Amino acid sequence: MTSWPILSTVIFLPLVGALFILVLRGDDGAARRNARYIALWTTVVTFAVSLLIWRDFDPTTAEFQFVEKHNWIGTSITYHLGLDGISMLFVILTTFLMPLCVLASWQSVEKRVKEYMIAFLVLETLMIGVFCALDLIVFYLFFEGGLIPMFIIIGVWGGQRRVYASFKFFLYTLLGSVLMLLAIMAIYIQTGTTDIPTLIAYDGFSEAMQFWLWIAFFASFAVKMPMWPVHTWLPDAHVEAPTAGSVILAGVLLKMGGYGFLRFSIPMFPLASADLAPVVFVLSVVAIIYTSFVAFAQEDVKKLIAYSSVAHMGFVTLGVFTLTAQGIQGGIFQMLSHGIISSALFLCVGVVYDRIHTREIAAYGGLANRMPIYAACFMLFTMANVGLPGTSGFVGEFLTLLGAFKVNSWVALFATTGVILSAAYALWLYRRMIFGKLEKPALANILDVSPREIAVLAPLVILTIFFGVYPQPVMTVTSVSVDKLITEYQQDLQNAEAAARPQPDLAAAEEN
Amino acid sequence: MYSAIVFLPLIGAIIAGVFGRWLGAKGAAYLTCTFMVVSAILSWVAFYRVGLSGDEIRAPIMDWVNSGDLRTSWSLRIDTLTAVMLVVVNTVSSLVHIYSIGYMSHDNSQPRFFAYLSLFTFAMLMLVTADNLLQLFFGWEGVGLASYLLIGFWYHKPSANAAAIKAFVVNRVGDFGFALGIFACFAVFGTISFDEIFASAPDQVGTTIDFLGYQLDTMTVICLLLFIGAMGKSAQFLLHTWLPDAMEGPTPVSALIHAATMVTAGVFMVARLSPLFELAPIPMTTCEAIGALTALFAATVGVAQNDIKRVIAYSTCSQLGYMFVALGVGAYSAGIFHLFTHAFFKALLFLGAGSVIHALHDEQDLRKMGGLRKGIPVTFWVMIIGTLALTGFPYTAGFFSKDMIIEASHAAHSEVAHYAFIALVAAAFLTSFYSWRLIFMTFFGAPRHDEETAKHVHESPLVMLVPLCVLSVGALLAGYLGKPYFIGEGYDDFWRSSLFTAPENHILEEAHHSPAWVVWLPTVMMAGGFLLAFLAYIAVPTLPQAAMRTFKPIHAFLYNKWYIDELYDWLFVRPFKWLARTLWKTGDGRIIDGLGPDGISARVVDITNRVVKLQTGFVYHYAFVMLIGIALIVSYFAYIYWAQFWSGF
Repeated sequence: MTSWPILSTVIFLPLVGALFILVLRGDDGAARRNARYIALWTTVVTFAVSLLIWRDFDPTTAEFQFVEKHNWIGTSITYHLGLDGISMLFVILTTFLMPLCVLASWQSVEKRVKEYMIAFLVLETLMIGVFCALDLIVFYLFFEGGLIPMFIIIGVWGGQRRVYASFKFFLYTLLGSVLMLLAIMAIYIQTGTTDIPTLIAYDGFSEAMQFWLWIAFFASFAVKMPMWPVHTWLPDAHVEAPTAGSVILAGVLLKMGGYGFLRFSIPMFPLASADLAPVVFVLSVVAIIYTSFVAFAQEDVKKLIAYSSVAHMGFVTLGVFTLTAQGIQGGIFQMLSHGIISSALFLCVGVVYDRIHTREIAAYGGLANRMPIYAACFMLFTMANVGLPGTSGFVGEFLTLLGAFKVNSWVALFATTGVILSAAYALWLYRRMIFGKLEKPALANILDVSPREIAVLAPLVILTIFFGVYPQPVMTVTSVSVDKLITEYQQDLQNAEAAARPQPDLAAAEEN
Repeated sequence: MYSAIVFLPLIGAIIAGVFGRWLGAKGAAYLTCTFMVVSAILSWVAFYRVGLSGDEIRAPIMDWVNSGDLRTSWSLRIDTLTAVMLVVVNTVSSLVHIYSIGYMSHDNSQPRFFAYLSLFTFAMLMLVTADNLLQLFFGWEGVGLASYLLIGFWYHKPSANAAAIKAFVVNRVGDFGFALGIFACFAVFGTISFDEIFASAPDQVGTTIDFLGYQLDTMTVICLLLFIGAMGKSAQFLLHTWLPDAMEGPTPVSALIHAATMVTAGVFMVARLSPLFELAPIPMTTCEAIGALTALFAATVGVAQNDIKRVIAYSTCSQLGYMFVALGVGAYSAGIFHLFTHAFFKALLFLGAGSVIHALHDEQDLRKMGGLRKGIPVTFWVMIIGTLALTGFPYTAGFFSKDMIIEASHAAHSEVAHYAFIALVAAAFLTSFYSWRLIFMTFFGAPRHDEETAKHVHESPLVMLVPLCVLSVGALLAGYLGKPYFIGEGYDDFWRSSLFTAPENHILEEAHHSPAWVVWLPTVMMAGGFLLAFLAYIAVPTLPQAAMRTFKPIHAFLYNKWYIDELYDWLFVRPFKWLARTLWKTGDGRIIDGLGPDGISARVVDITNRVVKLQTGFVYHYAFVMLIGIALIVSYFAYIYWAQFWSGF
């Protein structure tokens, strides 16, 4: 492996771009254009560099790779970075979505362009950091820090009820993060370290301790995910966020919850994970069914997609806690695929929102008449959203349900109703927006997608189909790490069982 | 060659779909037609090689989903069963493509239409060439998508949109069962590849699995779940409601998808999985009972419909019921044989109906037709041929396949066989009646359309008539030519291992030795149906009105399709909408938000208003809290560090 600190490079490259924008003077057209181009080039270069990570990644080992470790605070808290098969693709997903976000905001953001681009670049740094961090404190800083630019993005460039939305966001995440902070402190007190690989190998937590720590982490990740019933911040945040904000929110920020379960909850607290998995199953199934119903009733297109996201994240939590290879790989795949599909759907909404500035479904209708290319893209993403085989949406759903069936057929039965419900709400949305006669006067002169918009949507179209037909690149990267996760989990459970059992052999031996 | 059969339609679909606007209507049409015809010719070659010369192919293409011990790949499995389906799908599809050049010539989104048609064909081919359950499911959902797109092809029509969604969602109900069946298969066998499942299926007979907390017979659970999928796709009773509505699509679509190919996917699936079903008596009996019920139910409804396409749609539904009965009694080859012949004469009837509709400028109501046999003679004759074949006139296609099913149901031993036999015989009578009713109302008697339309009645162009004539040949000869191979003496050499029958399954043998009255009963029924229709619509034209008045409730019951749509509306659709709204407004709005963030925030706002008057930006609050958090950690560590440092002294 190279000695070149590639992870730090990828993390801090966007920050360098942000600095460049910061030194731009003036707020005229030229300055705005420069800010846009700097942001675009920064994100493209970051993406290109991050692809080197994928190129050099060794999928045959479950060890952390590209490791960087430096002393930071005292001797115990280190600046420790690294990637394994579980986290690597999330970095790629983040860097991949960022240029699209910048492009999507090209014309729709008119005020404070410089600040907007800086916020996004800072956000990118923090998001990549989350997936690379191998120290709890470093993780916590990136994890919570990412919320600040997101707040600003919603609060400054958002819609009319942006203050309410960011406030709700704040309340929910505060609750979670405070508990997680307490848990981190408790871990440190017991173990004297915040180093993640060390903690994964550590198995000295008592069952009770695991329970409480699990709950504390769960609070934070469940809000992020979001899981039912702490999901209500998401629709509001999505509705008010600008298009690119929604993309990042749905595409990356939601995945931090699922990533957290895989990185912390399961390997560090295996006993609690085993005990509480049924709770997660119930919440996941409720999320899938409940939010699908709610999605059906929505009148606001962004809200509908937001609720559909909650339902899809239900498949992720379900799959992850089945602790089967199919379930976990399916969960990871579902997160990546949802990152592509829901981003694409929000971008699609952005396209028409930029034209007639409303999110109300009833204001649309008959778009297929004037926007055939748009209608085709929207159809593809709708079908991917309902999990049609051949699109990436299917693979994740199928694998998670397959894993779930092995564990509990009731859970699988209820969760599988999601395939019916998602078809109902997604096709109903499509019909109301795209099909029908074009009767609304506001739509009479609407134009089909521009070349810039095609450039944004085309990569997503290609990836949606590519990963649906050939998901193997993702499976190869994740399989060894997932196997290790499961093996160690089962090992821990067996150890605990062996320890809990009275030891008749020894007693018998003594008698003899 | 086999890859070409499957992928040529896909290439056609992509080119027509993406470059349609540059190709133009004619370009897209000719291109997809050429590809389809080539594919059809190749599939006849494949049929010859595989069915008649004994080839068998497993051609892996590439990996698909591999995870843990799950291994699936894209691959082509060509055995006799597949070869039969290839011939059916590609022949009908290419004829429908050609016919559509004429039928759709006035439409201004033809490239899109041909792209969808070719896409459908591709998905159907993936379905029939699948070598594992997952690829079967891919094709399954793929044809569902194409069907959705084609039913809703005229997207400005609200009824077409509603029908499209209904088709997709009802099919998804079936797919729900199918998916669970796949999961169960994987849980039991550890694989979803056909050969491996079939090899280990006999070991699972008599074992149980834990399903929904009960210990249930393994094979029963798996087969019943998979069968739900078959019911959805093949529009069997209770999941049939989408099929009549699907007639909103253009008529060539109805011929291809909703008569000849897609709706028979359920039949194909059960036949393909015969090594599983053969070991599971309960699902087999279910299959037989559902099939018989569907056959009779759809025939009764077909009698009372006035839309020419709906009559044929219910007829399709009813014939699918026949096929399921055949499968259910273990006569898989008879089911596939009927699928094969049915594809020809039903596509013929639909395309003929399309020609009638075309001649009358989109009039579909039988009550506004009449006396058309002079105006459109070719259409008239091909419709007659189709009807003869459907009703089982001796030596036409239906005579061999349908009568075989009736005989098999008589020879079968299961508990419901007796009931199935009666239902099928009754359905045969009704089939003959409604088919001739359709012919008489369309082509005989006085014209009931207005003068203006009458003046413009015209025979369809050659591009539409040629496919009709080709199909007529099929409708006349498919049964006679196919019989020796499908159900006759060539059975073993033809099917080889592609259909599995248990050693004790001698149903075909027994059916061949049915008593004479069983053999002749369907023909008598056919004649009876014809006579009644002749009596009611030619000899005594006042009879239908009188009968309708006398049996008003019965007619209303049949006319309204047993009120099943109304029942579903009341049972599912309304509660669904109500629940959706309630969960949103009350569940999310009042309960979760009310108790959670809004409630808390109200309190917080109260407090902050009093306490914090300096800053009101929420970001500040947040940053502040975080800062405190970090300060706490840093000071804590600093404390530990210094404590350790000093304790060293």
